[in-house]
Amino acid sequence: MDHRREDQDADPGVAPQPTREVVVSVKVVLRNPHREVTIDGRRRVHALLAELQLSRESHLVIRNGTLVPGDAELDVDDVIEIRPVISGGS
Amino acid sequence: MKCRTCRGPAIIDLPRHNANFCAEHFMQLCRRQTSKAIDDFDMIARDDRVLVAVSGGKDSLAVWDLLIDLGFDADGLYIGLGIGEYSETSRRYAEDFASARGLHLHVVSLPQEHGFDIPTAAKATGRVPCSACGMSKRHIFDQVARDEGYDVLVTGHNLDDEAAVLYGNVLRWDTDYLARQLPVLPARNGFPKKVKPLIRLTEREMAAWCIIRGIDYIVEECPLAAGNRHLNYKDALNAMEEKSPGSKASFYLGFLERMAPLLESTARAGTETLRPCSRCGAPTGSATDDSCAFCRLTERSSAHAPVAVEAFLKKPRQRRREQAAESAEQASS
Repeated sequence: MDHRREDQDADPGVAPQPTREVVVSVKVVLRNPHREVTIDGRRRVHALLAELQLSRESHLVIRNGTLVPGDAELDVDDVIEIRPVISGGS
Repeated sequence: MKCRTCRGPAIIDLPRHNANFCAEHFMQLCRRQTSKAIDDFDMIARDDRVLVAVSGGKDSLAVWDLLIDLGFDADGLYIGLGIGEYSETSRRYAEDFASARGLHLHVVSLPQEHGFDIPTAAKATGRVPCSACGMSKRHIFDQVARDEGYDVLVTGHNLDDEAAVLYGNVLRWDTDYLARQLPVLPARNGFPKKVKPLIRLTEREMAAWCIIRGIDYIVEECPLAAGNRHLNYKDALNAMEEKSPGSKASFYLGFLERMAPLLESTARAGTETLRPCSRCGAPTGSATDDSCAFCRLTERSSAHAPVAVEAFLKKPRQRRREQAAESAEQASS
């Protein structure tokens, strides 16, 4: 998986500088309890849930207000919410 | 991922159906599954007056929305349980849903109309909060349905809820509870008909329905429910479901199809001893008291000093001890 991307803005008329790597991070909001985590590198939804050890069966992922399926790739500008769907009580 | 029906972009994957769906065709699936449950079990007739038990959570708001969407005439009933800020917030979600759609919502406040709240009831009776809460809600649902002349009481119990209860009942081989775990309880002896139209849909699907339909609901868990037995059962079932999609549906719907008919005689035996409560007139099956369990709960709770929600925000070890005691109590009853 691509965890980093290279800076593409180098001027071609200038002698090449050592490559500068920019870490891409995705901000994710979790609920119950409410908290934010930052994940380095782009992820697909299933990979993100697995990394956070969250069950696919008991969570939904919402990107910019819209549901996304397991193979959707989450990007740096996305607003991501992982919403638990399990409720208790009798 | 593409929608199985239209090949457009999917917004949800449903491993148990081995399929993905766009918003439109996911909603079509939810409507079809709800209609199938209603039809298969003769839950609701077209001219029935329907009362939906509404908590402000996803399932109850989703089932109310689905019933209206399917053309049923349905009002809502919200019960304020006095669980601090959680109750205030959940009431706002229920009221906002109803007012935005021009629907009628009955509101009953346990503290105002019965003189106690759930934290106090739990302490006063030594019950776990979910037990006191469930008993209070069932009593008030029945009472309002009876007093207001509704034909059917609808609850938002979904496939996960029913599978978790079934799992617990099977672990204890509690044949009385197993015999009564049906998606329709017919009206009898003063109890209204009770139905569960969401038994073919999962919690994840109902949360997705709400997000797609723009329904705001209380996402936070009840502070008194954290760590309860049903949540543990759901975790266990979801672990199985992930490895073997369709397990929950096969477990619960298979029970209804093949096991429940074998328990019919046990279910019938449980209805024979009901009589009216000497205080409120509600049907009761108590062999030792003239009054019903809710009236006894009310008497003890309203006489008890008020207890704050925070008194129940306990450490995990305390919770485990209580759960073990509750399981032992149920096993011996």
